[in-house]
Amino acid sequence: MTFNDVFNNLSRLFGREKSGETAKERLRLVLMSDHLSLAPDMVEAMKRDLVEVVSRYVEVDRDKIDVRFEHQDSVFAMLANVPIISVNRTPSPPVGPPRRRRRKKRSMQPAQQNGQMPPSGPGTSGASAAPSFS
Amino acid sequence: MLPLRQPFDVAHDDAQTNAAQTSGAPMTLGRAIVITSGKGGVGKTTTTANLGVALAKRGAKVALVDADVGLRNLDILMGLESRVRHHVLDVLEEKVELDEALVRDKHFPNLFLLAAAQSREKDEVDTESMRDLIEELREQFDYVLIDCPAGIEMGFKNAVVGAQEAIVVCTPEVSAVRDVDRVVGLLGNAFTPKLIINRVRPHLVHKGKMLSVEDVNSILRLPLLGVIADEPDVIVSTNKGEPLALRTDTATAKAYHTIAARIAGEDVPAPMVEYKETFIDKLGSLLGGRR
Amino acid sequence: MKARKIVLTSGKGGVGKTTATVNIGAALAKRGHRVILVDTDIGLRNLDLVLGLEKRIVFDLVEVIEGRCQVRQALIKDKRFESLAILPAAQTRNKDSITQAQMARLIDELADMADYVLIDCPAGIEGGFRNAIAGADEAIVVTTPEVSAIRDADRVIGKLAERSIPMRLIINRIRPDMVRSGDMLSIDDVCEILSIELLGIIPDDEEIIDTTNRGEPLVLGEGYRLRSIYEKIVRRLEGDLIPFTNLDAPGFFGRLIGALKAG
Repeated sequence: MTFNDVFNNLSRLFGREKSGETAKERLRLVLMSDHLSLAPDMVEAMKRDLVEVVSRYVEVDRDKIDVRFEHQDSVFAMLANVPIISVNRTPSPPVGPPRRRRRKKRSMQPAQQNGQMPPSGPGTSGASAAPSFS
Repeated sequence: MLPLRQPFDVAHDDAQTNAAQTSGAPMTLGRAIVITSGKGGVGKTTTTANLGVALAKRGAKVALVDADVGLRNLDILMGLESRVRHHVLDVLEEKVELDEALVRDKHFPNLFLLAAAQSREKDEVDTESMRDLIEELREQFDYVLIDCPAGIEMGFKNAVVGAQEAIVVCTPEVSAVRDVDRVVGLLGNAFTPKLIINRVRPHLVHKGKMLSVEDVNSILRLPLLGVIADEPDVIVSTNKGEPLALRTDTATAKAYHTIAARIAGEDVPAPMVEYKETFIDKLGSLLGGRR
Repeated sequence: MKARKIVLTSGKGGVGKTTATVNIGAALAKRGHRVILVDTDIGLRNLDLVLGLEKRIVFDLVEVIEGRCQVRQALIKDKRFESLAILPAAQTRNKDSITQAQMARLIDELADMADYVLIDCPAGIEGGFRNAIAGADEAIVVTTPEVSAIRDADRVIGKLAERSIPMRLIINRIRPDMVRSGDMLSIDDVCEILSIELLGIIPDDEEIIDTTNRGEPLVLGEGYRLRSIYEKIVRRLEGDLIPFTNLDAPGFFGRLIGALKAG
């Protein structure tokens, strides 16, 4: 047993190195990615719905919409690139139950840059248009 | 921002890597080596990852090809799963250029991964296109290591088709030896497969409860590249996505580096695993420990 | 009454499918059931070796399907238990020698002759896998607490779910010392990721290597640590509610050795 082995064992004893946790986190992300690539129908349906929601507020170029899923360091994110043609339309009322108005602090960052899945709670449009990254 | 993959550029890649080529001729093709076994779970993917790292560390330009369509894992073992954008089938179906699909390793600029498709089936791979793809890789790389799936179905045929050399990985278990024997038969005379015996537990061999290296090779009779011990480190390295050969100080890492040297043609003895009774073994058996 | 038709599968090879098939089969036979084990790994058969029956093979699964012999002629009865038999795979044929429909018919025929038909599936998700699951109405997914094995198991679970085959999970080769030191995924982690019902937890034990070498399933021997674990799995399979063995309760010395051994 070398010094290194002793050191590794000691660090394990004192919980400094937990590769099991790393494994779990990596698996969580990779399986999400696998599942999405295994369910192209679901992804297509989600893209359609997403575009529909965004189109209620702005006029988008449907032919150039690009929605994809990517790993970003420690998160698996949906990235939507939705070119906007015009914002001069009156937004159509959203479908669904009436919602209470609530003041929300708006982040200036587009969804793809904070690397988070778009929040699904009330009051958000579900995705933000962002500059091209491809 | 996105962790953008650096563009792959042959012209700028380490000139010294050409030194690893067998001859000075400019158009020398690299060596395509398939890593296979028949039986699953004997360590094919672990071997591919570690030999890839060890050869890259020697300065050679190395491409790792995951041929396990539908059950890819080489990306995970290399810790590159989050960088994979395209896969073998995208290239074969000409959806992307080969250069776009190659993922550069985190540690070595001269090591690349071509991932398998996860959401496709093995019989979607066209065998002739696969042969062409491996040849194309051989033009750019010193070594093309092909990680073969378990079994002897289509996945095996497609993994083998472009290779000129084979490494068979075997564990000291009756079923693994039988499967390797079968695979060697299927590889036929075109190959002289070399053998890596993996997961040897020397204390079990010592107690007569595991086949020895000699036992295994008296049946298989193949040129031995080396022997690797069964260590829990392997599981830890898979958990983290860091192949053991990234290090140089552990016994297992050294064994992989020696095997890589032997593959490169160096005249060094095959790494073996020796039985040493340690204090812990004694303590363990005194206290009724399992190992 | 027809037998239960259970396929043991994993995606990744070498996680212990064949060993589990043999030991679950032997434990069921010991409980008085008539059990047939079917090796569907055409070209890479191993079930016969693990049971020590390799020298007694006359006919194989492909020959039965091709009508060259009767099912009963191809079945090899175990020396130790008359109620345990295997149907060996062909060794020199391809997996595409048979179709899914042929396999389903064969498994159905076997189900008339037994209480349990256990189908040992080949590694991978190619034709051999599709054939193996074709005749099954239940599945046991075998995995190990390793990233690659779990990813492959997840893929197989997806394929089984597409066909609405009910499934349960066996986690094999758990090393309690490594789980405790945080270097191995825990049972909870694996269950959370794969989210199917747990059937058994089997620790990594060297007695498996030894018994496989000798072709003797450990549930038929005396004094093996894993025997009671397989017996519990079989009782759960039969519907009993058996608590899972707590692998996380080491003594002080166990912990000390575990920590030192982890290196």
